[in-house]
Amino acid sequence: MDNFSNLYSKQVLDHFRNPRNMGEMKDPDATATVGGAVCGDIMRLFIKVGEKQGKKYIQDVKFQTLGCVAAIATSSIITTMIKSKTLDEAEKITQQTVEVSLGGLPPAKRHCALLAAQGVKKALDNYFEKKK
Amino acid sequence: MKKIYLDYAATSPTDPQVVKAMLPFFSQKYGNPSEPHWAGIEAKKALNEARRTVASFLNTKVEEIIFTSGATEAINLAHKGLIENYLKNTLFQKQKPEIITCLTEHKAVLEACSHLEKAEMAKINYLPVDKNGLLSLEDLQKAITDQTVLINIMYVNNEVGTIQPIREISKLIKEINLKRKKQKLPLIVFHVDATQAIQYLNCQVDYLGADLLSFSGHKIYGPKGVGGLYVRSGVKIVRQMDGGGQEGLLRSGTENVSGIVGLAKALDLINPKEGQKIKKLSQKLIKEVLMIPQVSLTGHLTKRAPHIASFLVKGVEGESLVLLLSDKGIAASTVSACNSEVLLPSHVLIAMGVSKKFIQGSLRFSLGKQTTEKEIQETVKILPSIINHLRNLAPKLTLD
Repeated sequence: MDNFSNLYSKQVLDHFRNPRNMGEMKDPDATATVGGAVCGDIMRLFIKVGEKQGKKYIQDVKFQTLGCVAAIATSSIITTMIKSKTLDEAEKITQQTVEVSLGGLPPAKRHCALLAAQGVKKALDNYFEKKK
Repeated sequence: MKKIYLDYAATSPTDPQVVKAMLPFFSQKYGNPSEPHWAGIEAKKALNEARRTVASFLNTKVEEIIFTSGATEAINLAHKGLIENYLKNTLFQKQKPEIITCLTEHKAVLEACSHLEKAEMAKINYLPVDKNGLLSLEDLQKAITDQTVLINIMYVNNEVGTIQPIREISKLIKEINLKRKKQKLPLIVFHVDATQAIQYLNCQVDYLGADLLSFSGHKIYGPKGVGGLYVRSGVKIVRQMDGGGQEGLLRSGTENVSGIVGLAKALDLINPKEGQKIKKLSQKLIKEVLMIPQVSLTGHLTKRAPHIASFLVKGVEGESLVLLLSDKGIAASTVSACNSEVLLPSHVLIAMGVSKKFIQGSLRFSLGKQTTEKEIQETVKILPSIINHLRNLAPKLTLD
């Protein structure tokens, strides 16, 4: 039996072991840092916004997370869910869509998906704020 | 991939000699010790012999040993049974009996105490500890009131390995009890949770001055599902398991004969020299792990059990660390908010004053009989790269 497979889905373990889009971004268009009040996890998100066919989209995204297996996995998957998406599409991502994409999370870890979704919202807010 | 087991404080492999001693009691000597026929007699004989072994190990009378399903049950029986008995005393009709325990005790103790408190059967006083996990005798002395009837302290902390001054505590209790005898007040009973200590430290009850002592089989190369409680003659407890009246009327239920035989064999196999070898290995491990930047030891530097090497790894979360170690074949453990159902960090580290910022990074290696120097070398070779990976993954933080 795979390590921790009693706790987590294959998708969670894969994203934890092979995090996508991890690291820092040199000159991001927007950033967000969110922290889980529950357990002390911290997620930082960097986005670069591009434009194609008159629509703004997430050209690049990077994350850095200090946290448990679920926190790292939700951070990783949400970057893949918003990359290349228009800002409108990215804004629609919720805790539920993150959970579904990961094949579910243990009840005690659902707040990690919320944290990731909040990270994206905050990064987009930060982007719009800067553009004002 | 080679598997390296460094979680002996969670549980230990059953010694083959223990298994061998247990085997006849499944299909050959399967009798119920309460029955007077040949089958029962065989089982009863084994049970008596096991009780003698345990009694001689702890230097007690045979009738002072009660077998249970483990240390958790022993602890529950000790706490609830003792308080229930004191409640019969008219002295406590107006004021509740009081238990003094410590913030860093095992959950079995804390939950049993919380149960008694919620049921309004007892008042609980929790002693603080210093940054090394040690309680102070002064704090204990101050906490004792005329209503104090039970003091419970664990010998070795399971998370950080700190050894509490059990003999000094019992000395203090004895002095108080001498006065109480003259005043005809109820005596204070001292319970010691010896679960993590019994393999390595002298647990003879008179050496420790314990009136009640709990222990478990599976932490000492015995089977799971068996343990025991020592109850000093004259200390009255009310049974928590009603039924056929086994274990001197204090713990009903047909005895777990094979398990009890295994527990006795495990105690029999304890070799005091083993601790020296394990201490050497854990000291090597501690020394090497502390070379990694921003890693500190938790628990007392010298007053610690030989088998527990516990750390705080700054800028890393414990569950992630333990998963990646497990991917490399190393079984270790952590108590972080993230791996607990209740999402609370370690109550032990909180009590020791570890800052919120770093409390998630707890890591415990616990060594045992089969641990080799090669395994320690392998572990310290792998650990830094895992810590680095997780730190690289995390936002840059100040680590002070």
